[in-house]
Amino acid sequence: MSGAAAGVSGGVTERLSRRGRRLSLLTKLAVFAALMVLWHLLTVTEIISPFFLPQPMAVMTVFWRILSTGRALPDLGVTFFEFAVAGPIAVLTGVVAGYLISMTRYSTVVLEPVISSLYAIPIIIFYPISVMALGIGPESKIAHGALFGFFPICLNTIQGFSGVDAIYLRMARSTGATKAQLLRRILIPAAAPTILGGVRLGLMLCFLAIIGGETIASLEGLGHRIVWYAEGMQMVNMFAYMVFVILIATAMNACLSLLELRRRGG
Amino acid sequence: MAESLVRVESVSHTFPAPEGGKEVLALDAIDMEIRQGEMVAFIGPSGCGKSTLLNVIGGMIAPTSGAALVSGQAVRGPLPKQIAYIFQESALLPWATVLDNIKVGLEFQGVPKDERGPIASAALKSVGLEAFAASYPHQLSGGMKQRVALARALSLRTDILLMDEPFAALDEQTRMIFGEDLSRLLASERKTIILVTHSLAEAVLLADRIFVFTSRPGRIKAVLTIDEPHPRTPDFMTSQRFSELRNELYELLRDEVLAAIGNDRQGLS
Ligand SMILES: Nc1ncnc2c1ncn2[C@@H]1O[C@H](COP(=O)(O)OP(=O)(O)OP(=O)(O)O)[C@@H](O)[C@H]1O
Ligand SMILES: [Mg+2]
Repeated sequence: MSGAAAGVSGGVTERLSRRGRRLSLLTKLAVFAALMVLWHLLTVTEIISPFFLPQPMAVMTVFWRILSTGRALPDLGVTFFEFAVAGPIAVLTGVVAGYLISMTRYSTVVLEPVISSLYAIPIIIFYPISVMALGIGPESKIAHGALFGFFPICLNTIQGFSGVDAIYLRMARSTGATKAQLLRRILIPAAAPTILGGVRLGLMLCFLAIIGGETIASLEGLGHRIVWYAEGMQMVNMFAYMVFVILIATAMNACLSLLELRRRGG
Repeated sequence: MAESLVRVESVSHTFPAPEGGKEVLALDAIDMEIRQGEMVAFIGPSGCGKSTLLNVIGGMIAPTSGAALVSGQAVRGPLPKQIAYIFQESALLPWATVLDNIKVGLEFQGVPKDERGPIASAALKSVGLEAFAASYPHQLSGGMKQRVALARALSLRTDILLMDEPFAALDEQTRMIFGEDLSRLLASERKTIILVTHSLAEAVLLADRIFVFTSRPGRIKAVLTIDEPHPRTPDFMTSQRFSELRNELYELLRDEVLAAIGNDRQGLS
């Protein structure tokens, strides 16, 4: 139905066997290692100036120092706090709004395109308003992140609930299912994979929006620190913080994929 | 003679017009009586209203006029304690195991939790699939899925079983074997069954009476009685009488199918 939903419903990994999955993990590690080697070679040979791209070893050393001395903790804490508030807001409002909209055919037909077209707007243009209204602190990032995350979650929830095959509804009705039984036994399990796909995308966008917001206007947070080091021309430090963000995003994606896989019964 | 369990009293049904089209008169003043323990088949051209009538009897559709009665009571909605359905597709929940699929029907029907397991297992056993209790529907063949659907319907322990083309998605051989199984099961269960089918052989093999529908608007054109005790064996299927009955049915249907095709062509132009 919506372009958003089509793109996120499930990865391809689900079709692999256990052995295939282990093999795919190896492949992923190999790709990662190859990239690292490439990075190393490009910088050691100075094909790319170390000013723009510092050597991986240097970045890792700084990354480790930041981690072990706890120097990153304040920024990490701020970003984490913003995400820990914005993420659940996006999921809760997205799922509830999506469910309510999907309850009648009329509201689905009327409101789904509205949400879709709002989603197509580059939501980043609202960020200045958010900063003006809520200030330069975490509040504006939370609002922005939640807004970003809301749309794919809401759209996929609508699609998940309204796409439930009519044959299941007829089966439930003919055997006398109550409203609550219908929701618990049919609608939620049928819609869950699509909703989880939306949640995954929504949380990724939420995190992206928070980091993005921090780089544009902020005094703290990982995104702010990256820009701060960039402006100070401290590329090694900047890359060390970038590694942080990449690790968090990757870990989050992995956790959510795992959740999706388990819901599908493996 | 047993009294009638299902009565259809001058049921007509009109579907509202789709956008830009005209409304569809699907059923036109249908009357019928079905006795306790009887197995009847509905056969007729596509779009003549067989499913609609089945859904009126099952309480899934309220007819525009007339009424269906079950045990003398007018049907006003689904009757999960008296009527079980088997749909064309198996309608098994893909996220639940075979056993859970049967149990969920019992849960909806209001059977207490601790009774569901044993009833579901017994039903699964009666269709010979007890070894697949923990399998998921996608691990079963089409024929096995329909057996599970049959087990789910049987587990509900209703007097009446409504089947809307339950074999339509199966291949010819599987349907015939399934048909024989069904005949045997039903002989022992003594249920009242209404079967919608497009297969002449299936109707003759399974039914005590066959209601032949006219092309739309659906009316009853003829009722064919198959006077042969259940369970019906492969011997019956190869007998002279079977072919005669089948041919007789074909004669009755042929004109209606041609008329229906004519109807649809007109609708197209
Ligand atoms: N929900 C509906 N809305 C509008 N028209 C409908 C609806 N359901 C059925 N019809 C129309 O009513 C007529 C009878 O439909 P029905 O499904 O009862 O036919 P059928 O005899 O079961 O056909 P088939 O053998 O193809 O299953 C058809 O012309 C169909 O187009
Ligand atoms: Mg039909």
